[in-house]
Amino acid sequence: MYEFRMPSLGADMEAGTLVEWLKHPGDRVARGDIVAVVETDKGAIEIEIFVAGTMGKQVVALGAKVPVGTTLALIEGVAEERRPPAPRAAAAPRAFEAPAVPPSAVAAPAPGLRVSPAARKLARERGIDLATIKGSGPDGSIVLHDVERVGGAPARRGLDLNRMRQAIAAAMARSKREIPHYYLATDIDMSKALDWLQTTNAGRTPGNRLLPAVLTLKAVAHAARKYPAFNGTFDPASGFTAASGVHIGVAIAVRGGGLASPAVHDCDQQSLDDLMGRLRDLVARTREGRLRSSEMSDATLTVSSLGERGVETLYGIIYPPQVAIVGFGRVASRPVAVDGQVVVRNVMSATLAGDHRVTDGHLGSLFLREIDARLQEPDKL
Amino acid sequence: MSAPVQTTYREACRAAIADALRRDPRVFLMGEDVGRYGGCYGVSKGLLEEFGPERIRDAPLSESGFTGMGIGAAMNGMKPIVEIMTVNFSMLAFDQIVNNAATIRHMSGGQFGVPLVIRMATGAGRQLAAQHSHSLENLYAHVPGLKVLVPATLEDARGMLWTALEDPDPVLIFEHVMLYNMTGELAADAGAVAIDKAAIRRPGKDVSLITHGGSLPKVMIAAKQLAEQGIDAEVVDLRTLRPLDDATILDSVRRTRRAVIVDEGWRSGSISAEVSARLMENALWSLDAPVGRVCSAEVPIPYPRHLEEAALPQPQAILAAVKRTLG
Amino acid sequence: MSKAKLHLSRDSLLSLLHQMIRVRRFEEKCDELYQSEKIRGFLHLAIGEEAVCTGVMAALAPEDAVVATYREHGHALVRGVPATAIMAEMFGKLEGCSHGRGGSMHLFSAAHRFYGGYAIVGGGLPVAAGIALADAMRGESKVTCCFFGDGAVAEGEFHETMNLAELWKLPVLFVCENNLYAMGTRLELSESEPDIHAKAQSYRIPSEVVDGMDVVAVNAAAMRAVERIRGGAGPQFLECRTYRFRAHSMFDPQFYRTKAEVEEWKKRDPITRLTEWMTSVGLLHADDLPQIEAAVEGEVRGAVDFAEAAAWEPVEQLAVDVYARPRP
Repeated sequence: MYEFRMPSLGADMEAGTLVEWLKHPGDRVARGDIVAVVETDKGAIEIEIFVAGTMGKQVVALGAKVPVGTTLALIEGVAEERRPPAPRAAAAPRAFEAPAVPPSAVAAPAPGLRVSPAARKLARERGIDLATIKGSGPDGSIVLHDVERVGGAPARRGLDLNRMRQAIAAAMARSKREIPHYYLATDIDMSKALDWLQTTNAGRTPGNRLLPAVLTLKAVAHAARKYPAFNGTFDPASGFTAASGVHIGVAIAVRGGGLASPAVHDCDQQSLDDLMGRLRDLVARTREGRLRSSEMSDATLTVSSLGERGVETLYGIIYPPQVAIVGFGRVASRPVAVDGQVVVRNVMSATLAGDHRVTDGHLGSLFLREIDARLQEPDKL
Repeated sequence: MSAPVQTTYREACRAAIADALRRDPRVFLMGEDVGRYGGCYGVSKGLLEEFGPERIRDAPLSESGFTGMGIGAAMNGMKPIVEIMTVNFSMLAFDQIVNNAATIRHMSGGQFGVPLVIRMATGAGRQLAAQHSHSLENLYAHVPGLKVLVPATLEDARGMLWTALEDPDPVLIFEHVMLYNMTGELAADAGAVAIDKAAIRRPGKDVSLITHGGSLPKVMIAAKQLAEQGIDAEVVDLRTLRPLDDATILDSVRRTRRAVIVDEGWRSGSISAEVSARLMENALWSLDAPVGRVCSAEVPIPYPRHLEEAALPQPQAILAAVKRTLG
Repeated sequence: MSKAKLHLSRDSLLSLLHQMIRVRRFEEKCDELYQSEKIRGFLHLAIGEEAVCTGVMAALAPEDAVVATYREHGHALVRGVPATAIMAEMFGKLEGCSHGRGGSMHLFSAAHRFYGGYAIVGGGLPVAAGIALADAMRGESKVTCCFFGDGAVAEGEFHETMNLAELWKLPVLFVCENNLYAMGTRLELSESEPDIHAKAQSYRIPSEVVDGMDVVAVNAAAMRAVERIRGGAGPQFLECRTYRFRAHSMFDPQFYRTKAEVEEWKKRDPITRLTEWMTSVGLLHADDLPQIEAAVEGEVRGAVDFAEAAAWEPVEQLAVDVYARPRP
């Protein structure tokens, strides 16, 4: 059956409205006959038929607006239509090498790094060395996101305090923005630790004496070994990665208002004396701005302590991409209950700020209690 | 290269036409007042006497008519040089150039080409007011199928025409009105030059000054002034607006990391806009500052001298733009 | 004059009839194919005007050149561009005479010196003058035949070309196909002087008015004009008064003219007139028409099959032939 369809009558005709049939079912139609009138945007146009036959069923109602190609009526008795041949594939394209558009691959590699202007600006503000960053942008360029991800306040040679402050500000702001912190606090009875220190230091020259900081550092290192979920890095794409070593970042205040947290590598494996030596060296070099980049970037956990002139409790802000920070307040004499009696002891508050994406209060409290436990057996540190 | 002679840009244009007429009998010059008058700018002075009226054809004031004739003659085996007095008047022939010359090869499936050269004067500086002073070569550089040249030196005025005549496609050559009187030295046997490359007119390392045509002398002046202030500018003469020589432009800016484009057209939709876009697309990582542009003020060019000068790019504006890129 | 008489032979008349029927059936098929969306864009049919392209083309030699308008399928056909190549071009296929690039309005064929269909009204006139100029400069006695419609005479390019052609005595045969309407505007409403051949005369170009519905008259006038041009007389102008039975293009409700007027002109159908006249003088035999129609039907069907089977140009070739040589 031949289908008489709404014809295309122009480049911009999409549809037409059938307004009148001039041939009716049963009428003979010849090629070239005008069979209907179609209303279009431009006006009424008569439409012709290109086959001979008999008008059959008219399937579209008058007044209906239908797209070009819609079947309007069936025509009976039409000679069989040949299927048109299908288009053949084109021969091999004519030789042609040039690009159709100006090549944007007129790209010689840029001398030096490819860094977006925005990334460059941020890196400058944070004092970040672009050479240490891997780019994730187009053409392998370093983009803003790559700079934002870099953690740790970098130290520059010669210590630019202004840049350091800016870097700290940026890192801390990011930490608070991105890391869901939870906080735990506990009080640690330091009596045994301090007694042990006093005894141990009694026979030493001042230069060889141990400071309480080294005990707390070691205690944290042991706890980190036992609870690896607090020792490592977190990346939103890949999650938490436990570190193989325990490299504790020690927050060191810099005169003039700066703060650095260089890493002490493999804290858990060092003797207290070695740790002491390392700490002294670190403090000295930090204050001189002579830290190594590995010290700046390798910390797996940070410990911050206010020291004797601080206050009772220190709540820290985690340095991304780390997942925990331990804070120690000053050792102070405080009344405590022991065996039902009130006594005065040397007590130090210890806090944990944890990344709730990695750990929770339950694990955190175990971690803190481990630190406490270690400090009750100072001779085993 | 033989010993150089003192000559002018105008004389170099003339020598190029005469040379072409001698070399190839298919070449002829057609335009208004090119014969008896000797050319509106004196470029074709003496050519009618030497080559006769068949080859130096004075046309009536029918830009569309004689440009279309140039197209037909080129399609049918001749090598016409059509001269349109100024780019302002070429608007009357814009239909023939854009709808015919640029399309015929592609539209005919490669059967017919239009090896036509059209020369036009362009630009401002002689207080000729709005209808005689515009720089509209960007309109043509927009159109695929055309090639657009902007000779700014004596070598290029002398050498681009022959290469253009050898090109199987339509080539438009824009001669800035302020360059005709330019004097300098040119080798007596100076010949054809490439028409698809930009040129470094002054090497430098602090900033790329990218320009074309009548703005080149101003840019060279600015470069000299910058040097006195310790700023080493590299001057890139585009020489061709379509195709643009991306390789030379990008190489320059990748080295200097700063660019200022000087273009006598209005900045909107201009050559400077196109070059700027390409720098952003292909040299972003090298840029140390946004690309600067020094263009004509967005006004029809006015008649009084002080206003005309204020409307056009000047060396002070170029210096200021360079300093902005240095921060 | 003697040449004109020669062409009244049965063979030459049958040839003219065959050509007109070829054009008529080809155009009717294009109409059908457009309505079924095989041909797209704009389609301008020359149904009713066949006598002009047929009569003029028969007066030209193969070495002459032709420039036409966007209503040029018949001109290309009669000039000798194969129906297959024209139909494939209408479909937009690679085997079209312009490699599918131009479509209905831009038929080109270098082999037939067919310098194009042009879509800008009047845009081909200066080009035709230039083609003629080149032939003249080489001292060749070729003629460039430039077809255009009544609408073109309003364009500046018409006047510039008339002036230039006569001034430089260019070998151009200007053929104005005056079908009374420039798209939807009747001649009297757009021309202060509606006598077109008088306009050409004002440029001192010898001009004739010809009955554009009479293929023999058109052919005779064209032959006279061509002979004068070859003799060095400069440009000649024929105003052929004709009529298109169909709309300007496909999408045209034809508000601007009455059905009665169309019916009146249909009585002067050039094909009918020739067959009737040939019959009346005994030059048309009983089986001539059926043979011609059968041959034409076969040719048109073959052209459509060819076009259907022809390939689409690969998209990768989009930028081929923007310039002669690709840029490095």
